[in-house]
Amino acid sequence: MAASREDVKFLSNPRIGLRRKKYCRFRKFGIKYIDYKDPDFLLQFINEQGKLLPRRITGNSLKYQRRVATAVKRARHLAILPFLADLMK
Amino acid sequence: MRHYEVTFIADPVLSGDEVKATAQHIQDELKRFGANIVAVDEMGLRQLAYPINKRSSGVYYCIEFACEAADFIGKFELNMKRNEKLLRFLTVKLDKYGVKYNDDKRNGLIGKRAAAKKAAEEAAALALEDSLTPDVIDLDA
Repeated sequence: MAASREDVKFLSNPRIGLRRKKYCRFRKFGIKYIDYKDPDFLLQFINEQGKLLPRRITGNSLKYQRRVATAVKRARHLAILPFLADLMK
Repeated sequence: MRHYEVTFIADPVLSGDEVKATAQHIQDELKRFGANIVAVDEMGLRQLAYPINKRSSGVYYCIEFACEAADFIGKFELNMKRNEKLLRFLTVKLDKYGVKYNDDKRNGLIGKRAAAKKAAEEAAALALEDSLTPDVIDLDA
């Protein structure tokens, strides 16, 4: 017996091809201060060469992207993060 | 009241006592300039991300202090620069969120989820041991 219209609607996932909206995690979770001494947290904002990821990818707001950048630069000065690296992750 | 934080890396070649003496010396110097020490965080020996002065590790310290007038910071940093026992240092002014963050961190509120998870795991391991022991006793009896 052929499936009715109602069943056909759920045979393919309607969410396929939909992009999830990016958001600023600092605004969403209310993080106000970015610690430059915490390399594990800052690792989320750099690529495997140790370069800062753009806002386009992380979804940070401009205000917090600036603070992330400052924190990463401070961490680099204190040798907590490398200036340049290969295969960090 | 302004809050500042100075993080420095001591030379790993120094003995443990010498490192402590260096940290104490820096605290005394801050006090002499009229700052009150809020907290001293000894972060311990860590690997550096890149070599500094041909050293690949260093002893990290972080001192948070508060003061009314901050005109001594320049002099303080000059003394830090002249101190040959230090590899690197960084003085940072903390905003109100930074002060709160450091307070929370000292009270163990930061990384709460991780801490809770660890505690739960330990409890589970203990429970497992408890459930295992009676069986062993039964077998022996």
